[in-house]
Amino acid sequence: MSFRLSYRADPGNPWFSWQYVRDNSDTVLAALRDHTTLTLRAVLIAALIAVPLAVVAYWFRPLTGPILALTGVLYTVPSLAVFAFVAPYLGIGAATVLSVVVLYALLVIVRNTVAGLNQVPAEVREAAEGMGYGRFGRLLRVELPLAVPGILTGLRLATVSTVALVTVGVVIGRGGLGQIIFAGFQNNLYKAQITTGTLLCVLLALVLDLLLVGAGWLLTPWLRGRAG
Amino acid sequence: MNPVQQAVIWLNDPLNWTNPGGILDRLGEHVSMSAAAVLLGCLVAWPLGLWLGHTGRGGGLVVLVSNLTLAVPTLALLTILPLTFLGFGRPAVVVALAVFAVPPLLANAYTGVRQVDPQTREAARGMGMTGIQVLRRVELPLAVPYLAAGFRTAAVQVVATAALATFVNGGGLGEIIRFGFGLSIAVGGGQILAGGLLVAGLALAVELLFALVERLVTPRPLRRSRRGAGRRAADAVAGS
Repeated sequence: MSFRLSYRADPGNPWFSWQYVRDNSDTVLAALRDHTTLTLRAVLIAALIAVPLAVVAYWFRPLTGPILALTGVLYTVPSLAVFAFVAPYLGIGAATVLSVVVLYALLVIVRNTVAGLNQVPAEVREAAEGMGYGRFGRLLRVELPLAVPGILTGLRLATVSTVALVTVGVVIGRGGLGQIIFAGFQNNLYKAQITTGTLLCVLLALVLDLLLVGAGWLLTPWLRGRAG
Repeated sequence: MNPVQQAVIWLNDPLNWTNPGGILDRLGEHVSMSAAAVLLGCLVAWPLGLWLGHTGRGGGLVVLVSNLTLAVPTLALLTILPLTFLGFGRPAVVVALAVFAVPPLLANAYTGVRQVDPQTREAARGMGMTGIQVLRRVELPLAVPYLAAGFRTAAVQVVATAALATFVNGGGLGEIIRFGFGLSIAVGGGQILAGGLLVAGLALAVELLFALVERLVTPRPLRRSRRGAGRRAADAVAGS
């Protein structure tokens, strides 16, 4: 991937230019693709780790405090510092970006999933118990479905902030759209390039967020009647 | 030699601390620009949040502002602001950081005023206080725990974000990390790790310091119940 400008007809420095987007569509699309796959992989991995972790915190109450406190402390560690911790071991590449981004997404999803599970009413839990559900059956058939709104809130926040966070990957040369933004900064502050990268970031966050809202609508048919 | 040993050696070299552009210089830059950003954020967010809370309007605005800042990459804001009238340099970086301080400050100021018992507010009105007096003498003191919680969240967030100022040559502790990456990992691994430790250490130290301050400014009877609520309001913005 090359992030150098391939052609610039107008010597001016506009805030946005279709000319730039057309001339560099390959680069922009490659960066967008990289950004999207990094984000989706990160959120997916984070969800696969975070939900079981939240279930552990939910089942073993004494663990809830420490798990949430740990996620809180980890959240205060700056992303650039985490890159610095990981990069010397994982080297330059997608693995480093992913592990850092996954970490932050993880924290958000864990907290919201625990909150979602704790919102399941005690009567519902007792009723499920009375119907003969075991611990796992109750979790899969009753508690997790009821916690879907909480989990989804976590996923949405995690996705949107992951899209923003991936850009920090420029420090190791793998920042998706961040590459475009940073390259614009280095190309004598070429505004159109910076704005294109930024707009695509915000747009990507918006699209992924809407997709998750749609998924939530499909997953929680029992909530639909109530809202209207 | 593994990166940890390299980092220890790098941190133990006194010249790395005292040289121009060394750790002490970078620390000074980091703290001063963070402080300026938080101060600027307070100047904007607190009056606005208190006023919106007092009038009871603008709840939607507060949510919108906090959601919007979540989606905009820090890097983008740091690169875009120098292109505006602010120009290239420290002011642009401070303003960019202040933007990220506004949501927690605003949301907590708003929530802090909103949570005041309506009966208390009515009693104050009944005593003949004007709107401004109610805000200044009743709502503001009762909102202090929330303001403190918001301040803490904002300060920690800004100190963490200020590490990214290095991408626009804005200085700060992030420079140490970026320089390390510039050297390639084999050579600069120790410096990268050392920089990471410094940045993380500063963020955690700020978190601890302001947790203590938050506790000190919260009157004892308000501590247990209100603090939880304050954190919740902060968390709602911090994205969790």
